[in-house]
Amino acid sequence: MSITVVYTIVTLAVIGATAAVILYFVAQKFKVVEDPRIDDVEGSLPGANCGGCGFAGCRAFAEACVKASDLGDLNCPVGGNDTMGQVATILGLEAVAKDPRVAFIRCNGTCDHRPKTSQFDGATTCAIASSVYSGESDCQFGCLGYGDCYDACEFDAIDLRAGMGVPLVLDDKCVACGACVDACPKDLIELRKRMPKDRKVVVACRNMDKGAVAKKACSVACIGCSKCFKECPFDAITMENNLAFIDSDKCKLCRKCVPVCPTNAIIELNFPPRKVKPEVEVETNS
Amino acid sequence: MLKTFKIGGVHPPENKLSKDRKIEVLSIPSAVFIPVAQHIGAPSTPVVKKGDKVKVGQVIAQSSSFVSTNIHSSVSGTVKKVDFSADSSGYPKQGIFIDVEGDEWMEDIDRSETLVKDISVDGAEIVKKIQECGIVGLGGATFPTHVKLVPPKGMKAEVLLINGVECEPYLTSDHRLMLEKADEILVGIQLLMKAMNVDKAVIGIENNKPDAIQLLSEKCKSVAGVSVVALKVQYPQGGEKQLINAVTGREVPSGALPIAVGAVVSNVGTAFAVYEAIQKNKPLFERVVTVTGKGVSKPSNFLVRVGTATSELVAAAGGLPENTGKIISGGPMMGRAISSLDIPVTKGTSGILLMKEEESKREEIIACIRCSRCVSVCPMGLEPYLLMTLGEKQIYDRAESERVMDCIECGSCSYTCPSNRPLLDYIRFGKGKVGQIIRSRKK
Amino acid sequence: MSKLLTVSPSPHVHSSDSTQKIMYRVIYAMVPALIWSVFMFGIDALRVTLIAVAACVAFEYLIQKYLMKVTPSVTDGSAIITGILLAFNVPSSLPWWIILIGAMAAMGIGKLSFGGLGSNIFNPALVGRVFLLLSFPVQMTSWPGIKMAAVDAVSTATPLALIKESVKNGIPIAKVQGLPDLTDLAIGMNAGSLGEVSALLLVLGGIYMIWKKVITWHIPVSILATVFVFSGIFWGINPEMYVNPAFHIMTGGLMLGAIFMATDMVTSPMNPKAQIIYGIGIGLITISIRMFGAYPEGISFAILIMNAVTPLLNYYIKPKRFGGQ
Repeated sequence: MSITVVYTIVTLAVIGATAAVILYFVAQKFKVVEDPRIDDVEGSLPGANCGGCGFAGCRAFAEACVKASDLGDLNCPVGGNDTMGQVATILGLEAVAKDPRVAFIRCNGTCDHRPKTSQFDGATTCAIASSVYSGESDCQFGCLGYGDCYDACEFDAIDLRAGMGVPLVLDDKCVACGACVDACPKDLIELRKRMPKDRKVVVACRNMDKGAVAKKACSVACIGCSKCFKECPFDAITMENNLAFIDSDKCKLCRKCVPVCPTNAIIELNFPPRKVKPEVEVETNS
Repeated sequence: MLKTFKIGGVHPPENKLSKDRKIEVLSIPSAVFIPVAQHIGAPSTPVVKKGDKVKVGQVIAQSSSFVSTNIHSSVSGTVKKVDFSADSSGYPKQGIFIDVEGDEWMEDIDRSETLVKDISVDGAEIVKKIQECGIVGLGGATFPTHVKLVPPKGMKAEVLLINGVECEPYLTSDHRLMLEKADEILVGIQLLMKAMNVDKAVIGIENNKPDAIQLLSEKCKSVAGVSVVALKVQYPQGGEKQLINAVTGREVPSGALPIAVGAVVSNVGTAFAVYEAIQKNKPLFERVVTVTGKGVSKPSNFLVRVGTATSELVAAAGGLPENTGKIISGGPMMGRAISSLDIPVTKGTSGILLMKEEESKREEIIACIRCSRCVSVCPMGLEPYLLMTLGEKQIYDRAESERVMDCIECGSCSYTCPSNRPLLDYIRFGKGKVGQIIRSRKK
Repeated sequence: MSKLLTVSPSPHVHSSDSTQKIMYRVIYAMVPALIWSVFMFGIDALRVTLIAVAACVAFEYLIQKYLMKVTPSVTDGSAIITGILLAFNVPSSLPWWIILIGAMAAMGIGKLSFGGLGSNIFNPALVGRVFLLLSFPVQMTSWPGIKMAAVDAVSTATPLALIKESVKNGIPIAKVQGLPDLTDLAIGMNAGSLGEVSALLLVLGGIYMIWKKVITWHIPVSILATVFVFSGIFWGINPEMYVNPAFHIMTGGLMLGAIFMATDMVTSPMNPKAQIIYGIGIGLITISIRMFGAYPEGISFAILIMNAVTPLLNYYIKPKRFGGQ
């Protein structure tokens, strides 16, 4: 019996040794020489592999950074300026500070504001619904509410708000990777400049129909009246296709455009409450 | 054994409720909306403006490229506006609104009923006339007919196949046309044969229309080169590739056009339109539309002017039933659900199907049990369960190598799935994405 | 119109078939064999079946509700099928607690650990059966004698076990005592587990399923043909030491496996070509185990092995595409 034990041990030991030798030579033969800085850069990245930088993942981004002679075109939106600063230090390059951004869904057409005129019954994704028709309401530009942005978000930064009809971006979780921007078939989501305390003044509408049509479809639609455009002291508002747009890089958060909007299509977020109610003014105006 | 295509296929309940109803001429509506994109290819360019007076048959939108056709006014009256309104795609499209005044036709249109048998024009003229008269495939695909008749360089058409299959349940417009306009269709077929320079044409008809098979077989005896083939009832036999396979046994290679196997397919409705265009000088501005459904009090076949709102057809068929849950433009397998009755009839509208509330909801989706029925019914020999997952997970490169682009969107997979899975929804989505990728690669 | 119109992508009609209907058709197909087993083994057969079905349904419900926290899907009928198949695969004398363990293995390990209906790789009933076979070899191979036989034997060996024993000892087949003849096997007058005894009634169930389009002919026919040909070759070489092919086909649950278990939709390949390869694989492995392996019969292992190959077959073997390659 003992001889069996010995045989077993010897055989296994020989197999182990042979395999070790083979592994050693194979490892030598197929060794890949890489720039060690790639590992360093990758280590300083958030490791989310979200693709927000435009590369396939953090490693691909690290490789691109190492190859680049200038970091101006490269940005990790998740890590922000801190991370890019670290990357720059590792590579001995100049970091270019960029404004942090945040995603915003430019539709306020919740079920209360936008009456349904039909019901969709198919695979519940925005992409498929939008391939069939313009949507359950008369607004062909508005949010479909099936949450393709929610599915695309790797950071749990989108709240579907079940029953409301339009999701909401959670500012504190959003890293501005842009996955939702690509996922939205209605092109509703915009990456805006992140303001102090996440304050926003934004046209929450993408309806390019004429005023009467837009207004009929949704009570908070932008009707393209240009009142906000005339009001804005900073030229931050542009008018195109019956639709106002506030450029977040130019907006100074003065909020003058908000009370003049006759349909409340412009919304202000995360501001302290106003002293004078804006609605009163609006009603007297109209 | 009756002929049919070799791979896959389903046989949904036929429900041809309106098959014994003669084609009625629908009264002219008070206003029409004629979209400028009623065909596959580039939309036409409007050539009328607000306030213009138009006559029936007058060109109101000009074809803008080779794969495009003219659009003709279907009524006489005043152009109200050129604007956007929803068509059956569910999105607002450009079109021409006309307020109807009387019924004044262009002078050169022959409005008599007499059958003109003698063909006095040559092939090239026929093709030119077809293009001018705005004729598209009336089976539903609406591909401009003149493009089909001109084979690409190095290819030669051998046989003309006429699609009288009407494999979609409910629809009967082609069936009625074959019964009532058989002589005209045969002349139209001869015109198409002359245009293509072929001496053989085969009319494929499913054997649930024995009266049409008998009538056309009888009439074909006096026409050289034209014959009728009775086909076993099987959906989607009206698909171009399936019809070619059923009639000739040939398989159109993946990604190729039917001309690759020497065949050109045209619908019976198209053949009739060709007859009218060449022999009567009448452009395509009206077509036969079936209005049907289980709740419809008077299922009918109407001859309708293009641009007529769906509501007019529904009213003529006895009004909208109380419990209508869904309105479909086209047949139940491939038609598009529409969200409003304002949507107009276009050249491709073969039917209006009103479904009851209880028929229009999909059943609850449960897990795939891998029963492989979708694989066995797929007429293209694809694996729908796999393509659905690839579409859902957005794995487009694999979807391409699994030949998602071969999918003809017939819906047999979704129809047959015992777990009610929305197979075609995702496959169509994946096909669209893969198509975009392929096009961007070519650029 | 008070209600909103529904808009959905085509197609707008659906066949009247449902997963539930398919599952119940499988159950109907198994009823004749079940009745025969009650006839043969007495009320014990019914006891085993009822315990197995109840346990499978209960385990599925409990695991889905309390462990997986999903809506239980016991009404689809698939747990009932697993229960009946598990019962068909065990002797009628099996104690109730062993059946419970088998049902737990079948549902818990075989099915729900993969995510439930449609996601499992292995046939759940066979996972349960093999689990029991390896854990309780004595109880799982003590076959009660048939009630109808004149001699009420406490325990009998199955025909295949008898042959295995004799081959091991070098006794020619012709001299083996107690082997049933082919007619007995076809009708089901022999020892064995509940569902494996009557070849004819199993075939009847199979024909019903093919007629109702629950299964296609490809898998059962390719298994049976492979077994017939492969064992026939050996028999042709040496009829002394190898039994004839018909005997192989009618014993050891081969019919049960070929018709009801290899054809399980979830775990079998999805196109005819792959299904035939899968069937041939099962046939070859079965006969190899029967002839050269330690177990007298091998269809369970053969099916499980080929279940594992199924994803590969689905990946590499494609249906005939329209328009060629």
